[in-house]
Parts: sequence; C-alpha cells; structure tokens
Amino acid sequence: MSTPLAVIGQRLPKIDAWSKVTGTARYADDLPLAGALCGRLLRSPHAHARILGIDTTAAASLPGVAAVITGRDLPIPYGILPISQDEHGLAPDKARFVGDPVAAVAASDDATAERALALIRVDYEPLPAYLTVEGTLGDVAEPIHALRRPGNIHKAVALAFGDVSAGLAAADLVQSDHFFYAGNTHAALELHAVVAVSDPAGHLTLWSSTQTPHYVQRALARALDLPASRIRVVAPALGGGFGGKTETLPHEVAAAKLALITGRPVKIRLTREEVFYSHRGRHPMHIALTTGVKRDGTITAMHLSTVLDGGAYASYGVASMYYSGALQTVTYRVPAYRFDGARVYTNKPPCGPKRGHGTPQPRFALEVQLDKIAETLAMDPAELRLRNLVNEHSVTVNHLRITSCGLRGCIERVVEASGFSNKHRRLPAGRGVGLACSSYLCGAGLPIYWNGLPHSTVHVHADRTGTVIVQCGATDIGQGSDSMLAYVTAEVLGLDPADVRLVTADTALAAVDLGSYSSRVTFMAGNAAMQAAERLRDLVLGAVAATTGLDHAHLALRGGRVVRTDHAGDVMPWAEAVAVTEARGTPASASGTYAPPPLAGPYKGAGVGPSPAYSYSACVVEVDVDDETGQVRPAEVWLAHDGGRALNPTLFEGQIEGGVYMGLGEALMEEQRFRGALHTGPSLLDYKTPMSVDMPVIHPIIVERIDPEGPFGAKEVGQGPLLPVPPALANAVYDAVGVRIDEVPITPDKVLRALRQRARGGAPRFGPKGHPPITYPVVVSVDPPAGAPGT
Amino acid sequence: MTVLRLPPFDLIAPRTVAEAADALAHHGPSARLIAGGTDVLPNLKRGLAAPDVLVSLAGVESLRGIRPAADPRPSANGLRGPTRPPSTGAPEGITIGAATRLNRLMADPAVCQSFPVIREAVSQIATPTLRRMGTVGGNLCLDTRCTYYNRPALWREGAGDCMKHEGDVCRVAPGGERCWATLSADLPPVLVALDAVVRLTSARGDRVLALGDLYRDDGLTHLTLAPDEILAEVWVPVWGSRAAFLKLRPRCAVDFASLGVAVAVDVADGICRRARIVLGAVASHPLRVPAAEAALCDRAPDATAIRAAADAAYDAARPMDNADQPPAYRRQMVRVMVARALRAALGQPPSTR
Ligand SMILES: Cc1cc2nc3c(=O)[nH]c(=O)nc-3n(C[C@H](O)[C@H](O)[C@H](O)COP(=O)(O)OP(=O)(O)OC[C@H]3O[C@@H](n4cnc5c(N)ncnc54)[C@H](O)[C@@H]3O)c2cc1C
Ligand code: SF4
Repeated sequence: MSTPLAVIGQRLPKIDAWSKVTGTARYADDLPLAGALCGRLLRSPHAHARILGIDTTAAASLPGVAAVITGRDLPIPYGILPISQDEHGLAPDKARFVGDPVAAVAASDDATAERALALIRVDYEPLPAYLTVEGTLGDVAEPIHALRRPGNIHKAVALAFGDVSAGLAAADLVQSDHFFYAGNTHAALELHAVVAVSDPAGHLTLWSSTQTPHYVQRALARALDLPASRIRVVAPALGGGFGGKTETLPHEVAAAKLALITGRPVKIRLTREEVFYSHRGRHPMHIALTTGVKRDGTITAMHLSTVLDGGAYASYGVASMYYSGALQTVTYRVPAYRFDGARVYTNKPPCGPKRGHGTPQPRFALEVQLDKIAETLAMDPAELRLRNLVNEHSVTVNHLRITSCGLRGCIERVVEASGFSNKHRRLPAGRGVGLACSSYLCGAGLPIYWNGLPHSTVHVHADRTGTVIVQCGATDIGQGSDSMLAYVTAEVLGLDPADVRLVTADTALAAVDLGSYSSRVTFMAGNAAMQAAERLRDLVLGAVAATTGLDHAHLALRGGRVVRTDHAGDVMPWAEAVAVTEARGTPASASGTYAPPPLAGPYKGAGVGPSPAYSYSACVVEVDVDDETGQVRPAEVWLAHDGGRALNPTLFEGQIEGGVYMGLGEALMEEQRFRGALHTGPSLLDYKTPMSVDMPVIHPIIVERIDPEGPFGAKEVGQGPLLPVPPALANAVYDAVGVRIDEVPITPDKVLRALRQRARGGAPRFGPKGHPPITYPVVVSVDPPAGAPGT
Repeated sequence: MTVLRLPPFDLIAPRTVAEAADALAHHGPSARLIAGGTDVLPNLKRGLAAPDVLVSLAGVESLRGIRPAADPRPSANGLRGPTRPPSTGAPEGITIGAATRLNRLMADPAVCQSFPVIREAVSQIATPTLRRMGTVGGNLCLDTRCTYYNRPALWREGAGDCMKHEGDVCRVAPGGERCWATLSADLPPVLVALDAVVRLTSARGDRVLALGDLYRDDGLTHLTLAPDEILAEVWVPVWGSRAAFLKLRPRCAVDFASLGVAVAVDVADGICRRARIVLGAVASHPLRVPAAEAALCDRAPDATAIRAAADAAYDAARPMDNADQPPAYRRQMVRVMVARALRAALGQPPSTR
C-alpha cells in the first residue's frame, strides 16, 4: 500500500477507554435484572469421593428457594475438546477435587441460597486421592476417570522427527537437565459471573464473562440438549481472562439449567475462592531436556520429555500436552527432534490454558539450558542464539511453516538497550543480567472441533447516514480487540475509528469468531475485517464510479470522503457515497472471512503447533540478589517483541508490560500450591502476584517485522512477551550469584538452599533431580519435510 | 463482584469511652469491639466469629490523637532505663489514642521525629487503603493468624476444624495441646522494644501495664485483655535510643510479616547499656529474646556481640508452618535480620561482608 496509513500505527486511545475509566462499562455482574434469582453451587469438600446420594428435600422446601439441581439433572457430558468430553455441569457420580460442584440452588437472594446449600445432604464415600504425578503412575485402585489406559494417564505421546541419536552422537557437547515449572493461575481481576435468561418462546440467553461465546454456545447445546440456534451467548465487558474463561464452565451450565427450570433469570457469581477452584491455569510441568551442540554452538539434536499434572478434568489438556513440545523448534534450527509428552489426572482443580498455553514451561527449560551451554562453550549467550536462529520462510523439522521472523532484530535491540554485553559476567557480585528468547503462535492453524469453516467472519454494513457497523463474534477481554476491529475498518474505509460502531461477542448478533485465545484475534478477525472492509470499499467506489462516470481505479477513500488519486479532487463525502450505493439498489454491506491455509503435517498430533505466523521476543532481565536472604529483586527489564506491525503502539507496549508483569509473577512467586488436596490459600492475599512496588522499570521495544499474511502485516503481542521472562530472570540470578535455579517460582528459600549447598561443596543448583518414572508410548517416527533443517 | 457476606449483627456506636465500656459490660462475651474493622470484618465474613453485637470505636473522639505525655504509671521509676535523659521539663513520651488511624500515626511530625522506627513499621503495614481504616488499637489487639484458620469456610470444611475454631486438634502441630497461631501485627514488636505502656479501661476501672504484659504465648487467647476491657491508649517513652524494624515477607506490600524484627539499643561511651530484641510473627506473642539482649549489653556492640545476639535469637525462634514462607527459611532469616536490624540501629553498614 503506497498511501500512508492514517489510523494503523497511531497511538490512539482504546475505543472503550472512556467507559472503562468512568466506570460505565457493564460487566456480567453489573447487569441489572429485575426478579433475578441468585444461584450458588455446592462444592465437594473431598478430593475424591463417590456420591452415593444427595438429599435436596430440605433445601428445596426452604421458602425462597426456586430450584435445586444435582448431577442427575445434567447427565450429558461435555468438554472443550471433542476427544475429551469428561465434564458435567454438576458431578453426577464422583467428586474429583476439593471444590468440584455437586449441586446448585436458585433462590430469591444470596442469604437464602446460602442457607439452602447448607441444607443439602450429600452422602459421600471417600476414595483414595491422587495428588502427585508419581502417585498417579502404575496401578491405581480407583482411576479418576474410566480410561482405556492404565492408571491416571490422560494422554501420552512420543514423536521423533529426524535421527535424534545420530544428532546427539555428532554433537561436541550434550547437555541434559531436569526442570520443574510450578502451576499457577490467571488471577484476572474480574471474577466469573453469568446471567442466564430463558423465555417461554424457547430462547435461552447467557451473559457471561467468557472469552469464547461460540464455544459456550456449542457446549450448552450439547449439555442441555437444545438446538444451538435457540441459545444466545453474549460476553459483556470483561475484566481480564488470560485463558481462565476460554471454555464452558460448570457455573454457566448450572445457571442455564436453573433458568430453564424456573423460567426466571438466574445469576451466578463466583467468589474469589471459587475462581481458584475453577482454575484451568498453567499446568505444573516436569521436564527433561537434552540438547546436543557443536563446538561453534550449532544445535544438532534435541530431546524433550514432559509430564503435565492436569488436575481433575481434561479441559484443553490434550492440546496443552502437545503444545509443551510443539513450539520448541520455531525459534532455533533443530535438525532432529524427539518429543515425549504425557498428561496425568490428579485430584486437584483442572489445569488448562494460561497466557502462553503449554509453552512457557518448555521455553524456560530450553532458554536456561542454552545459557548453560553458552557458558560451557565460553560463548556469549546472545551469540549462541543468533547462530541458531530459524530462517524466515522456512519449515521446521516437525512440519511447522515459518513466515516472518524478526528475532535477530529483537536480540540486537535488547542487547544494545540493556548494555548486556558489558554487564554479563561483569557486574559486581549480587547483581546480574540474563537473556532469553521465545516465539509464539498467531492463532491455532486448526480449529478445536474439526471443520473446514472460517475461523472468523466479519460483516460490515454502512448506511446513508455514514454509519458503519462491524459485526464480529470476537471478544474483547480488555486486550483491545474491539479497538483493533475499529482501526482496521476505519483505515480501509478512510474513516475515523469513532465512526465505526461495533457489535461483537454476541452469538446472535454477530458472525462466528472462535474467541479470544491462542493470540488469534488480530490475525484472524483482523484479516476478516480487512477483507470485509475492502469489499465494502470496492462496492461503494464502484457505485460512485458508475454514477459519476469517473474511473474506479482512480478513486479512494480518505479522511471521510471519496477522493481522486489521479489528480487532486474531492468527489463526495462518505455518507453521500453510501447513499449513491444504496440508490443503485445494493445494500452497502460486505462480509469477509479468514481461514488459515492448510498447515498441518502428516502425523497424529500435527494439529497442535501450526499457526499462520509466529511472533518473536527477546528479553534481558537485570536483578539484585541478596545472598544472605536469597531475595531476588528485578531491577530492570528490556523486552523487544516482533509482533509484526504494531497496529497501535501504545496497546502493543501495554501488552508487553502485562506480559513482563505476569512473567515476573510466575518466575518469582506465583504458584497454585496444595497442601495435600487443599489449595494453600485461595485468596489474593495468600496467592502471591507482584504488587506495583515489586515491579521493576520495564522498557518495551517494538520490532516490526511485517508479516506477509497478517492484517497490515500484524502478528500477535498478547501472549508471546511473557515467555522469555522467567528464563531470563533465572539466567540473571545465575549471573548474579552463581547458582542455577532450575525451577520456578524462584523463591528466596530455594536460592538460599542452592547457595548453602554450594558453600558446603555441593552442586550450585536447586531443582529436580530426575524425571517422574513414566513409560511413554512407543515412539512414532515422522519424516521431516523437505527443506527442514538437517534435510 | 461477589463479596463474601457478613453475618447479621447489631452495631452499637458509642460517642464516649464510658458508653463503649458500658456496652461491653452489658453485652458480655457476645459483644466484640470493632475499630477500623480491617481484621474483624474479614474474619466475620469467613465465619470465624459470629458476635451478636459489634461495639464500634469509630465515633469515640477521645480515643483518637497523638499528644506529648508523661509516664502514666503511678510509680514507674524502677522500670525506667538507666540512660533516660535527665529531666529537662520536656515531656517524657507521647501518648497515642487507640483509635488513631495508622496513616495519621505515620504522618504525625512528633512520631516521625522521635520515633522514625514507628513510621518505618507502620509504612509497611498492609496497604495505603487499609492504613486509612486500620487503627493502632486494632493492630495491637489483632487476632493471631494461621494458614489453617484464616481460610474460607469451604476450605476449612475440607481441612477439618482446629482448636482455634470449633475443633479440638491443632493442624500445624497435631500432637500438641496448644494453638501456635502467630501474632503477625507489626506494631507490637516495635512498641514492646520501645518499652511502651498501655492503659486499659472498662466499666470496672482502669489498668496500666507494660505492653509486653498485654500478650501471652497462646494462639487462642493471646491477649491478657478481659472481654469487657478496651485498650484506650499507648504511651511510648522517649529514650533517645536507636531503634530499627525489619520485616520479611514475600512481597513489598500487603503481606503480613513472616518475620518481624524490632530492636532498640542505648549506647553510651561505646558501651551498650540497654538492648531490646523482639521478634514478630514467629510466636503467638511478640517474642522478646533476653539472651540476645544480654549478649549485647555492657560491652561494645561490635561484630562479635552482634553475631552472638543474632545466634541467641535464632536459638529462641521456633516458627511453625502456619504463615507465608517455609518455617526453616524464616528461622534462618532470624539470624540474618537480627544482625541487620542491630547494624541499622547502630548506624553500621548493612552487611559485614
Ligand atoms: C489484606 C490485609 C493485609 C494486612 N497486612 C497487615 C500487615 O502487613 N501488618 C499488620 O500489622 N497488619 C496487617 N493487616 C491487619 C490490619 O489491617 C491492621 O493490623 C490494622 O491495624 C487493624 O486495625 P483495625 O482498627 O482495622 O482493627 P479491627 O479489625 O477493628 O480490630 C482488630 C481486633 O482488635 C480488637 N480491637 C480493636 N480496637 C481495640 C481496642 N481499642 N481495644 C481492644 N480491642 C480492640 C477488635 O475487637 C479485633 O479483635 C492486614 C489486613 C488485611 C486485610
Ligand atoms: S496453630 Fe493449630 S490450632 Fe492454632 S489456628 Fe493453626 S491449626 Fe488451628
């Protein structure tokens, strides 16, 4: 495009900024509903127990109680992935973790609902609880789910691409390590809430704090045995999601069922404690990693093994497991790669997707291991990475297509901005710097349920007043996807973003978009919006050309007007152009869609990992480590991110800052921890996330490597920037005090233990000593594609 | 947002201390005092207590404020330290009303000047919003805390109740007879180190006692306050001593201490005449460590003396697994932080290394 961009690339306010700062934005819990009933869930106090019977008579007869339901009322299982439909709105036969919902009530007010819960009698038969990965392997007396496999292994895989043994044999240095990455949760500020309304005409409507209205609609249709066309799901303003609201959750199913039974609106709001049990957060992951390198640092082969502690239900777990291996090859050239992965069920709240879905854990392992390798080879850590960078427009050994890659620029920019080369191994004791890189998806190349349909559809309508309406199911969870749709449309139509009205996040009023997850919205809905707007532009300019006799090829939309590009000349205002179009009997409407190109490789499991593009980041963290207390204080963070074109640099930097914040939280303190079966502290006082005073100075650096397929060349920035932060911090701790913490969170007691161990002559390290004794399936060998590294 | 619901209660809002004392006397153990409510209300919401009546101190004007005052004890000479400055006619200390808000205390010029250590400690309590509500009396009378106790109702149903709430065992030390819940408030160790004195009032009359005597090492009844008594004020003597407070916790804000260290030392002619070393958050009361104090006194407070004091404090501290951060780590930090606090109080560089 030769004309300069007017909207894209500008530091514009978010289109919903006013409603957020003035408090007028309506969240699910703010919706005023006359006569709404208060719904509450009864949750199991047992980690694993058979439900022998539930007596609801006393609760049901309490004045003010409109309905009481149990698992019997919701017999159809559902789940986000078609291959693992193992959840019910309310557990029908067994409770599988402390907090698993087993019954629900709808009552006139909260107090009555609470009293009713206390009157429900559940007859439990406690069963052995499986709380650790080790405890779930081998023979188990009472599997958490009835599986075809023995024990509690939910899913396991072993894949080999290229000749890994030969690659390791050819290496000059083979580095093997064990890592552990603790589980953590999203801790979005907004607690989950839902309002369900059913009308006598047979329509069910849910307003829910969800990132994926389309998937909620699908799962409700299944779980409630209703036609999807009768179900409408709307996501109002959301106060953050980070992956915790990307699938249908029990309280949504229960609220819908209670609304259907009572014929009255039902609102269910989870407490903070309940949100910790709802979870779906980062999987605790045990990792074994072996990498072979030549003396010059070239990677010859890599072997990664992971075990994911999944909690009680499947959630996205099979995808999480595949993701733990899939993206290890898209940053550096790996000529031979083996991945063993497994996910086990345990009697704890279910894990699922959190910012970075399945990849921060192996990323931590890889980047810390590269730091160790660089030290052994006496090589600069940045140089080691630069030598192994993937090539642009190439394909990886596990069949992933890479398009644009700006990682070289990212590394050079953070190294320069932070003064890394002058600081690394040179700062006074107690102060250190660490470097790490990463890459992430711009949306999953394949949909969650198999189909050949668009991943995103956008309708754009204009009318004679000049109004433009964009309809798209995409869900703004605070990240700014509504603003993105407005910017893209306004840019193409030569308008101000304020001229564009949005109808989004509503399955009845907007076209299908799969939802806000896997960093897909800018790339996919953005492309669909761009296509729709371009079609509308062509329609309107065509009508103007036909009416005025001017050459269509010399007409453009700019500054709210139709202008001539052959010589200076103003043709007519936008509104008039739309009127001209309407006058010709054509509605001024157009649609656009986006579906990724076919990307999956020829093997089972190849559906996880492909993406139409990958973003890249490089990060330098500088820390102070107190060697008497073990306390680690990040002093400064530089993070350069290649997210393609920065559609709005301010929002782009905001996502980098948010990613750094969350990455530091995971690196230093966040942990979904359990004492036996009990969460150690389901509250924001006990679950530690950094406070503002814990945060260092952050330097976000925008690296724009224009992607050929992204809208205006954009990729993603929502998740990628989190990934390099934990390993960069771990590497900085090593640089500061000389001990390796091969485990997150890096808490002061772990640092101190490593320091003391070293002082006693032991290994200067804290971390796992081995890998859980799991037997992976027989390895499946897959031929690398032609042109992959090593071929 | 879903906020947890408060159980029903009657609220009495007296205007004077006498009215408040009468209300307590009248309603007996079913009544509970509330000042800022930052501790009472969360506990009520979690179902840890269900008093019929809350008696609020928010409207009792006379309990608020900070003023210069003399020692309230009728005959306090024997208790005074040897290096008390000769009387110059200047007031011997300050009195802080129990209902004084923490943010007021922090901003008070007299406090900042005479007791920078108080300012330092208060600035580390909770958050700015909570300091606007929280009071000195509420802080000194704060309930003890435990990671099995300060938990929501469903959680406790899963864990099973303990001695501190309707149960009969201790989940932290199951074999034992007592509750080990910790006193994690930040002012108690500091004010004990400063030899503060409190005045308690009730319908039966007043009592004045050393702040240290307000506490006992029992997580269930850690206060020697009678149910009808109100902590009216706390008097802090000006010693001219040098003091320091250090707080260990996972984050730099909000979190309660997983260890607090308060020290006060008087040094004259290079010799330490008096020392107070008090640990917070490792016992059910502010833990004074006389052995550590003795290691420092009547000699030069040099590196050797500091090390001996830190070792003695380490020996005395027995943190349990009922607060943030692992107990073994907290215990190790006693040695490090006592030494650091002493060096800070003595004006020495933070680390000897
Ligand atoms: C998230 C959070 C973080 C916190 N962090 C800290 C921290 O870091 N450090 C810390 O020290 N505290 C902390 N607190 C606890 C609390 O906010 C403060 O200790 C505060 O000073 C308590 O004062 P209050 O007036 O609100 O107490 P209230 O809740 O009103 O009362 C506390 C107790 O004292 C009793 N009481 C109050 N006044 C009197 C009186 N005059 N006489 C007799 N009994 C009385 C009450 O009956 C009650 O048992 C935190 C609290 C929260 C919620
Ligand atoms: S120390 Fe023991 S008795 Fe006291 S609150 Fe904790 S678990 Fe309960």
